[in-house]
Amino acid sequence: MAALVGSITVFVLAIFLGFELISKVPPTLHTPLMSGANAISGITIVGALILSNSAFNDGDPGAAAWMAFAALIMATINVVGGFMVTNRMLEMIAGKRRKGGE
Amino acid sequence: MVSVAVWEIGYLISAALFIFGIKQLSSPRTAPRGNRLGAMGMFLAVLVTLARMYTEEVIGWELIVGGLAIGILIGSLMATKVEMTGMPELVALFNGFGGGASALVGMSEAFSRISTEGGIPEGIELYATWVAIGLSGLVGWATLSGSLVAMMKLKGGFIIPLSKKWVRFPTWGPTWLNPLKTLLLVGLLYLIWMTIEDPTNKDYIWGIVGMSSLLGILFVIPIGGADMPVVVSLLNSLSGIAAAFTGFVIGNNVLIIAGSMVGAAGLVLTFIMCKAMNRTLQDVLFKAFGGTADKDQLTRTKVGSDPEEVAMVLDGVQKVIIVPGYGMAVSQSQHAVKEFADMMEAEGCEVYYGIHPVAGRMPGHMNVLLAEANVPYEQLITQEDINSEFPDCDVALVIGANDTTNPVARTSEGPLAGMPILDVDKARVVVIIKRSLSVGYAGVDNDLFYMDKTMMLFGDGKKMMNELNSAIKEL
Repeated sequence: MAALVGSITVFVLAIFLGFELISKVPPTLHTPLMSGANAISGITIVGALILSNSAFNDGDPGAAAWMAFAALIMATINVVGGFMVTNRMLEMIAGKRRKGGE
Repeated sequence: MVSVAVWEIGYLISAALFIFGIKQLSSPRTAPRGNRLGAMGMFLAVLVTLARMYTEEVIGWELIVGGLAIGILIGSLMATKVEMTGMPELVALFNGFGGGASALVGMSEAFSRISTEGGIPEGIELYATWVAIGLSGLVGWATLSGSLVAMMKLKGGFIIPLSKKWVRFPTWGPTWLNPLKTLLLVGLLYLIWMTIEDPTNKDYIWGIVGMSSLLGILFVIPIGGADMPVVVSLLNSLSGIAAAFTGFVIGNNVLIIAGSMVGAAGLVLTFIMCKAMNRTLQDVLFKAFGGTADKDQLTRTKVGSDPEEVAMVLDGVQKVIIVPGYGMAVSQSQHAVKEFADMMEAEGCEVYYGIHPVAGRMPGHMNVLLAEANVPYEQLITQEDINSEFPDCDVALVIGANDTTNPVARTSEGPLAGMPILDVDKARVVVIIKRSLSVGYAGVDNDLFYMDKTMMLFGDGKKMMNELNSAIKEL
């Protein structure tokens, strides 16, 4: 019960934080910001890891373990691909900035 | 045994890295560092999870190593292979994977609890866990199916597997669809309630999978191409929320923090884009406009010009503003545009790019494409700042943009009323590269095309740009 209330507190505060975190974003960064945030939402990879292990260890690599396995693949694609693609975009944009600034 | 506090502090540091990451991603100077901080936070979270499992339990490495390896391989291949023009689709797809993964984790937890003796909690904990599982399923599956539809819409269609036939993806949204969506949502809430009443019954969980997926599809299908940036951004927000609900399922704070933060930040971005189009989120989602029924009938005609004529007009001008739109993305003409700009600059002409915030199919779409073609960042001017430049601009070159330049938006009538536009019509000469006079996404005829000072180059963006470039060289 106490843990649940604690989690709800964290949830609500993090939502407020998210609203305050970005207020003005130049259009150039709309796509990278979206794709970077998207990669962070792949944090569910943590859950996929835990369940890939515990569901498997219960001696029954049945439906639950395979679901966690599928989740792990999807989350890893989301995380790895997301950060890499964002980096690619930002390097292009930042590279142009440096060259243009000289 | 290492104290639980160690793991919790590890997760806390990774959450802090996410916060710094998102913050820094919103400013051009710090954005690359922001992305690296986010990646570091993720790496730390994975490391902490693996270390904890390693010290506390017997680890079944097979699924973990296999899953990570397959994911890293596919993810990095997709990220390095993608063309800049395919970026919107890829972001939509990754987004869907995030939502799907969250839903699957919730479902896996439910199934493993059902199959374990004494796995079903009681009292308040039953409610909390099962509501979280239900909600992460609802949001996650809807995000997955919605993102897949959005991806196909961004591509414009899909190939039927065996026949290899290209099918254009429909935009379809009769008004009775809205009550149906509401009904689906109510049905889903009822199903979540039933999973609590009868927690061992897997049928209800499968029901949630089916109905949420359907809801996601019906949600995105009525939304037309130009509104896609808003939808992809909203789906991004939803994938964060799904991760947060999954955090409740497995009782992990880092998921709750990162997920809800991405959810809120994604919503802020969504509103920024809605504002740029002067539409409310409600209108985008529930009032699909520009359907086939209320399109303006074209009654006027305009004689097209040829590239040689345009090249002559461009000879010796002082200031050119290039206005790119979705047409530039589709025809992949950004490199030809850059070549054109280089030639003009070599003749001593000033060249700027007027970027409308919702040009293209993704927020910042034009900026990414032009950056790929090595256009200096300083030449990309936002709509607010460029409009004062049009009156003393000799030639405005519009490439595949329509609604964002339509002067009718300044009046108070029609679907475009009040949308901020680029004042292209104030330039001395307007050159428009477009395949035909057809109406844009909003279904409104564009007066700009018929003005005396407008020259139309009818054709594919890349082809026309190349012809224009060679005509200039021959002069």
